[in-house]
Amino acid sequence: MPSTRDIRRRIKSVKNTAQITKAMQMVASAKMRKAQQAALSGRPYAALMNEVLSAVAGNTGDFTNPLMEVRPVKKRAVIIVSTDKGLCGGLNTNLLREVGKFDKDTTVFVTAGRKASQFIARSKRPLAAEFTYRDNPLFSEARAISKFAQDMFLKGEVDRVDVLFSNFINVMTQKPEVRSFLPIGEIKAVEAGLDGEGGGAALVKSTTEYLFEPGAEQLFGNLLPHYLNFQIYQVLLEAKASEHSARMVAMKSATDNAKQMIKDLTLEYNKLRQANITRELLEITSAAMAMG
Amino acid sequence: MATLKLEIVTPEARIYSADVDMVTLPGVEGEMGIFPMHVPLMTQVVAGELVARMGGRDYFLAVGEGFVEITGDRVAVMTDMAIKADDIDESKAEEARKRAEARLSEKLSDEETATVQASLMHSLAQLKVKRRQR
Repeated sequence: MPSTRDIRRRIKSVKNTAQITKAMQMVASAKMRKAQQAALSGRPYAALMNEVLSAVAGNTGDFTNPLMEVRPVKKRAVIIVSTDKGLCGGLNTNLLREVGKFDKDTTVFVTAGRKASQFIARSKRPLAAEFTYRDNPLFSEARAISKFAQDMFLKGEVDRVDVLFSNFINVMTQKPEVRSFLPIGEIKAVEAGLDGEGGGAALVKSTTEYLFEPGAEQLFGNLLPHYLNFQIYQVLLEAKASEHSARMVAMKSATDNAKQMIKDLTLEYNKLRQANITRELLEITSAAMAMG
Repeated sequence: MATLKLEIVTPEARIYSADVDMVTLPGVEGEMGIFPMHVPLMTQVVAGELVARMGGRDYFLAVGEGFVEITGDRVAVMTDMAIKADDIDESKAEEARKRAEARLSEKLSDEETATVQASLMHSLAQLKVKRRQR
């Protein structure tokens, strides 16, 4: 039977934990809003890219580009976008469970985020490169990842590249998703914003007749890497939003649990205190009766 | 007089949006000046200096590589980087240039070289714009 002092000590420590988790919850929710905001501020860029894409694609006819070359898949690469830190519920566990579905012998991994690289190292899978990205991802970070993947593909080291990341569906739900990256299949309109759905609508045909400088085909070839970079950038933002919302939810339930625990412990403490008082009273009265 | 709506966007934000009289761009095939009523044109820009003329004054920006859509009344630039001349921190850009150059002299893998070269271009563009102002 714990003494009242033990219980008091426990209540205090649980209270401290609750304070910490509460603070982390607030931080996560602020950061999540930021990530959402960042995704939305890519909108004008996405809109412009769609315009350029549709104008260029409409003028190239039957184009081919090394980035669109479909080859039989002997070796593939997977870019895993995970978080750097834990304490975000089952987010990384769910994400990394998907990794097991790829064949160890024919897949190389590229990671962004510390949790993924740790996992790949621990499970002794081939790691081609590891990248980092900050809390508010920079476009240059996305570009580095995308460039690396494109180089691998163009050199023929891999015949296919996919991206595995936590898709932000809403604050409560994040789903691990594998999205194909290379070769580029159908060119879709890019979208900015965390809509939860992968891939955009078909391109709208532009009505203006443009001149192209240099030629439309060359322009198109140069545009494709940017198109890919932007996709990776969106994936990073999506993953960040997922991380922060998952952390927010995890921390909220931790805070709730701690509060419940404080309640239970307080009840126990009061019961024990009462029992002690009753016992003492009994002792005093029975002693008094014995004396009398 | 007709004006051009100049818009500069990066994936991170809309950097610049204003009505201007003339735009000078660092095109892939050399510098090009755009006046209102230009024929619709799609082209590429390289890292360099973009000049917007507005009411007789020139405004300078450093831009990274990207694409431009030009119509008679609009110039839309989408690029990896765009910084207004006033916002450029010269010492920082200089430092970035030195760092990039130092790294280029080391032995690097291809992907690192590409990244470093891009950042070198960016810092050079910034420096060029900043020094021109004086």
